Amino acid sequence: MENNRVIEVKELTKMFGDFTAVSAITFNVKKGEIFGFLGANGAGKTTAMKMLIGISKPTAGAAKVAGFDVASQAEDIKKNIGYMSQKFALYDDLTVKENITFFGGIYGLTRARIKEKTHKLIEELGLQDLTDKLVGSLPLGWKQKIAFSVSLLHEPKIVFLDEPTGGVDPITRRQFWEMIYKSANNGTTIFVTTHYMDEAEYCDRVSIMVNGKIEALDTPKRLKEQYKAETMNDVFLKLARG
Amino acid sequence: MSIVVSNISKSYKGVKALSNISFEVKEGELFGLIGPDGAGKTTLFRVLTTLLFADEGQASVAGFDIVKDYKIIRESVGYMPGRFSLYQDLTVEENLNFFATIFGTTIDENYDLIKDIYVQIEPFKNRRAGKLSGGMKQKLALSCALIHKPKVLFLDEPTTGVDPVSRKEFWEMIKRLQLKGITILVSTPYMDEAALCDRIGLIQDGVILQIDSPEAIIKQYPKSIYNVRADNMYQLIQSLKAYEHSHSVYPFGEFVHYTDRRTGFNPVDLKLYLAERQLANITIELTQPTIEDAFMELAK
Repeated sequence: MENNRVIEVKELTKMFGDFTAVSAITFNVKKGEIFGFLGANGAGKTTAMKMLIGISKPTAGAAKVAGFDVASQAEDIKKNIGYMSQKFALYDDLTVKENITFFGGIYGLTRARIKEKTHKLIEELGLQDLTDKLVGSLPLGWKQKIAFSVSLLHEPKIVFLDEPTGGVDPITRRQFWEMIYKSANNGTTIFVTTHYMDEAEYCDRVSIMVNGKIEALDTPKRLKEQYKAETMNDVFLKLARG
Repeated sequence: MSIVVSNISKSYKGVKALSNISFEVKEGELFGLIGPDGAGKTTLFRVLTTLLFADEGQASVAGFDIVKDYKIIRESVGYMPGRFSLYQDLTVEENLNFFATIFGTTIDENYDLIKDIYVQIEPFKNRRAGKLSGGMKQKLALSCALIHKPKVLFLDEPTTGVDPVSRKEFWEMIKRLQLKGITILVSTPYMDEAALCDRIGLIQDGVILQIDSPEAIIKQYPKSIYNVRADNMYQLIQSLKAYEHSHSVYPFGEFVHYTDRRTGFNPVDLKLYLAERQLANITIELTQPTIEDAFMELAK
């Protein structure tokens, strides 16, 4: 096995009763790669992602994330990954600073380290005037940028982003992606789901799930060639519509 | 005019949600309100559907005043809120029956209008609404909003969080409803859906930035846009932003959309600059602006 593979998935399967939500999916993700995980609603993306972050046990198959087995070493996985989603990111009733301190504590950072990280994060995002504001009072785009930074506090090898930019305005959405590029450039692996097909084009490689299976997996450029499509949106429509 | 909005403003605890909003929607028109979360779209929908009082300004819907004639408006409009708001414990058929009865009609009477949409969920008519998939919930909500044959239909972010396939199907349904003479006001955060509307209003932070047809908005874009590409996307963005003549730099799919401050911009200069910064496989080509480019320029 190559050392630079930070996610290795082999025939990973999840069944609920008779229903196969995820059907023997196999793929690898490299260090520093931006990997787009796409699929229609109900295709099995969320179920697959839950297995990869160690909160749902596979029915069959295996996967290693950051070197740990998803079935037997789930707690180690949780310590070594970052996670954020549109639905759950930060606590609205805590201030920006309190959120950072809270998540730093959860990730087991020392007080000195939290202090240093807080300072750096606030500086980088230009949040000097907002540190004592409740997160709930901030615009969505800001929240998502802070949430992404918070998910990186413990310097995880991989960060999982579940529709991080839904509803965010176009300028902030791009600032968010610049942050993603920057982290990937520093060697962090990014695993991201999105419904914006232009964002699929930002990924190094993209997989598309249909009915529990990965039907396509390649760079956006090669997928467009393969499906004779102008954009990733056309690729998606061709695949998911059959 | 089917909808007339003049100088509507609304604040919540000192935060201005809507600021002096004015626009008109013609009868039979498909008008899109395009903007991100927090732009004020839902507040405006709630004002126009008589669920919320504005602080200032007037508006009429289907010829009726939103304050004085609120009861008639409620009978003449269909409203599909952004959040699923049907009865989860009632079945598909029970929900539809319920809404028909409330409006003093029956499913049979207006079945023609909803037929296209309802047949897709009819096989599940005995399933509880709470157990439906996202796409099916949407179709049921739309059927319920249409069952009393409204003159004006309000659709608040019907496609948010929906995958591209279901989004496309939903827009095909909207288009068919428009052909039946219904005036439609629809909101969306997806800029690519703007092209499907007759006219659009771009909205951000409670302010309408521009109102026109999608084609006209694109035509009015003030600059030449270039698709720039190179091997390292992150380095490319950083380098373009650092270029002294850059006006805007936005990642767009596999390219970066770049505009220059100068009128006599020559792409060759930019290519040289990028090459000096160790970027490889650089291409720079003139491209067409999109609604998203227009939005970002206006919001800048």
